[in-house]
Amino acid sequence: MDENFLINASNISLEIEQRQILNNISLQVAKEQIVTLIGPNGAGKTSLVKIVLGLVQPSSGTITLRKGLSVGYMPQRLHIDPSMPVSVDRFLKLAVNANRSEIGGVLKEVGASALLNSQLHSLSGGELQRVLLARALIQAPQLLVLDEPVQGVDVNGQAELYRLIENIRTRHKCGILLVSHDLHLVMSATDEVICLNQHVCCHGHPEQVSNDPAYLELFGKKDAETLAVYTHHHNHSHDLGGDIVEKREK
Amino acid sequence: MADFIIRALLAGLMVAIIAGPLGCFVVWRRMSYFGDTLAHSALFGIALGLILDISLQLSVIVACMLLAVALVMMENRRGLSTDTILGILAHTSLALGLVMISFTDNQINLMAYLFGDLLTVSWNDLIWIGASVCIVLGVLFANWNRLLTITLHQELAQVEGLNVTRLRLLLMLLIALIVAVSMKVVGVLLITSLLIIPPACARAFSKTPESMSVMASIVGCIAVCGGLAASWFWDTPTGPSIVVMTSLLFIFSRVAVSGEKG
Repeated sequence: MDENFLINASNISLEIEQRQILNNISLQVAKEQIVTLIGPNGAGKTSLVKIVLGLVQPSSGTITLRKGLSVGYMPQRLHIDPSMPVSVDRFLKLAVNANRSEIGGVLKEVGASALLNSQLHSLSGGELQRVLLARALIQAPQLLVLDEPVQGVDVNGQAELYRLIENIRTRHKCGILLVSHDLHLVMSATDEVICLNQHVCCHGHPEQVSNDPAYLELFGKKDAETLAVYTHHHNHSHDLGGDIVEKREK
Repeated sequence: MADFIIRALLAGLMVAIIAGPLGCFVVWRRMSYFGDTLAHSALFGIALGLILDISLQLSVIVACMLLAVALVMMENRRGLSTDTILGILAHTSLALGLVMISFTDNQINLMAYLFGDLLTVSWNDLIWIGASVCIVLGVLFANWNRLLTITLHQELAQVEGLNVTRLRLLLMLLIALIVAVSMKVVGVLLITSLLIIPPACARAFSKTPESMSVMASIVGCIAVCGGLAASWFWDTPTGPSIVVMTSLLFIFSRVAVSGEKG
């Protein structure tokens, strides 16, 4: 086994009430590697993530974690009852192991400093995702697990969030397990793609996967093409305050 | 002033104080039906106490806590929704309690259990209530942040290393204990209102979980004082008067909010 591994899942199967959810799945995430799980709805992506996190026990298979691995988890969605008043600041301080002095830092890193005193239930989809990402970063994670991190975010915001995730990988030198339902946006940021539909349809480098017959069949050729068309970029973007941020050329 | 009214006031205030923060969790976690179910099972506890000839206070607490444990265990099963399970347990225990009481020779005043009998609170009752309130307040205080964390996102809390099942059970047991001892105050049918209406009043005026809890406690205390006063001056039933007071305060709070928004 690669000694840089953070997590190693082998031959994972999950059956719930005689229904096969996952069939013989193996995956590895190494240091500073971004592994993306893609697949249609109901493919078992979230189930697999929950097994990796230890929230669900697999019917068979083994999960090995690197010794003393710290995990940051960004759940798919945060359903807070609007009856619960809680500020972003408080939400982050509630994180187990939260270090009060770090909160400003992680919020700044995800570009959400302005939200510190906002109420959680007043945030937009994109803002909430950034706050959830900040909460995951508080754990000083060696492994970040992000379940559909761009859900409810508009297309420009999605690209920006993925750029942010890529930067986080470089800065924190952590491995990232990412769940997404489309490939094109995560392409550039991903080292390894696993295309899931109860079993592993195909896996490998993103370009390789996007041409794989199994991938094309799963998403439909037409769909795959239209998705790939979206490659244009804006020359500026907006931060959360609405101000224009010039893009720096690399 | 008469001795009994002081005892009633003390019992009512103690319950109102603890119902504030505990009621907030009931509201945040949408557990009001759970409170109802517990209250219904309290009557089963009364029947059990009468038949076994043990302290009614104790048998009610035991019945409520057993129900809470049963619920936590059943919640993890698939097939039936929590809603349905709660409905089954609530009405089974209520009906079973009524049937069992009919077999005993005791001529108990059922109305007192259904709607509360605050004016007959004894010093002994007061000790039970006081001890329970102290325990719940202490446990709540010690686990406050952890309980908030599991309320915000259960799985996130679990990944961060909290024992979610244990904390959930703990919260349910605390609610069970308070429902059991506050039966004297407002009765089986109205207990949930004392848990959910004060937090509902407080919501619009609070920005933190703590301020909402404290405000809910204050609202509850005002309602207890108002309800007792109404009962004293106009001879209205005490428990329902307290609940009517909370409802009035709720209406005032809504009016105040819409006035603010202009």
